[in-house]
Amino acid sequence: MVDLSQYLPILIFLAIALGLSAAFVFLPMGVARLTGAHNPDAEKLSEYECGFPAFEDPRSQFDVRFYLVAILFIIFDLEAAFLFPWAVSLDVTGWPGWITMMVFLGELVIGFAYAWKKGALEWE
Amino acid sequence: MTSYFQSLGLTYEWSWFIATIAGILLIALPLMLAVAMIIYVDRKIWAAMALRKGPNVVGPFGLLQSFADGLKVFLQETIIPSASNKGLFLIAPIITFTVALMAWAVIPFNSGAVLADINVGLLYILAVSSLGVYGVVISGWASNSKYPFFSAMRAAAQMISYEVSIGFILICVVLWSGTFNLNGIVEAQQGHGLGIVNGYFFNLLLFPMWVMFLISSLAETARAPFDLTEAESELVAGYQTEYSSMAFALFWLGEYANVLLMCTLNAVLFFGGWLPPLDIPVLYLIPGWLWLFAKIFFFFFVFSWVKATVPRYRYDQLMRLGWKIFLPMSLLFVVLVSGWLMVTRYGA
Repeated sequence: MVDLSQYLPILIFLAIALGLSAAFVFLPMGVARLTGAHNPDAEKLSEYECGFPAFEDPRSQFDVRFYLVAILFIIFDLEAAFLFPWAVSLDVTGWPGWITMMVFLGELVIGFAYAWKKGALEWE
Repeated sequence: MTSYFQSLGLTYEWSWFIATIAGILLIALPLMLAVAMIIYVDRKIWAAMALRKGPNVVGPFGLLQSFADGLKVFLQETIIPSASNKGLFLIAPIITFTVALMAWAVIPFNSGAVLADINVGLLYILAVSSLGVYGVVISGWASNSKYPFFSAMRAAAQMISYEVSIGFILICVVLWSGTFNLNGIVEAQQGHGLGIVNGYFFNLLLFPMWVMFLISSLAETARAPFDLTEAESELVAGYQTEYSSMAFALFWLGEYANVLLMCTLNAVLFFGGWLPPLDIPVLYLIPGWLWLFAKIFFFFFVFSWVKATVPRYRYDQLMRLGWKIFLPMSLLFVVLVSGWLMVTRYGA
């Protein structure tokens, strides 16, 4: 059975790491106010674009291929998630388990070949 | 360590708690120190390969350079751009650094010397390191500035692309060792090659996997030649452009902590972790963590070497390598490795 108490150190680690990084972000803000380094003005706080005022909204349209990559990633990462339990139980499932997984992989390869043929992986 | 605190007269629960806190600090604080020193080492190696001297003013041989930089950055003003989403803007570096620290909870430093000896250690590392994408994407989005936004899109696509092939490579290792526990994986490598070499790299089916893992880990941590997220000729400083003070430094610390983690994974998964390189009794006299640190340092040197000598990839080349070469190759090797193991180990 899964012994959840093994994960307790990770939870404590998470709390300490969060506290540490939050201190790293917020402590200098306080220190800068004490030392007088904190001195913002409108020019300093504007976003960087080569010294000009920004020409357009930075959240502009971006290439649809980034979206395609994200979708392909979901498919293959899910596939990997199926492969992980299979990989450690190969001695239990034996040949039937291996053949089943090969059929599953074969179907995914067909999908991958289709995406490749359709040009989803092309970046020019 | 728990039993030591118990011998001081504390109850089991309190001794466990104090021992765990001590263990966490024993990982987190030396890690931050190691990151500071490794930045210095990186600059020194890079300088030496360009026939320069590198940092040599602050402290003996410039050893204190990183600490001077850290102090300077700590005293700087934190600039929060007026157009940014202020909450998200400050959360992004916190996520990056927290996640970079968290993955170290399951790394075995010696036989049994691990903070959380969970049975799915490798899966945990994969999960935590994929969370790192959030820090990058949130920082790029929250900056509300052109170059950080482009950089964040690039970084997200790059990191998830190479994560797919890293996943398949890890499956090959798991198939061979039959466990996700990192200590188990290290122990399974004892005498793996010809009964004398400790490490999966000495294996015709896993050696190509190691080469791909090394290159993928360069891409996953956005190191040269895959540092397109910070291509200064195109994107200024990438997603960190709008950051200043410690918030900026946290991205650096997180990045180098991730680089060290990838070096450690190379050592643990393919080069026998805390085992000596050869299965000879004399070599076991040297403590395991020294072997591990030597291997980590070796891989870090390789990372620096690549950074100093290899020109940057184009983005289309990067995506082609990830999707059209590494992904089919690693998938093929999952089939080959599992098939080989079925025939030789489980099939009978």
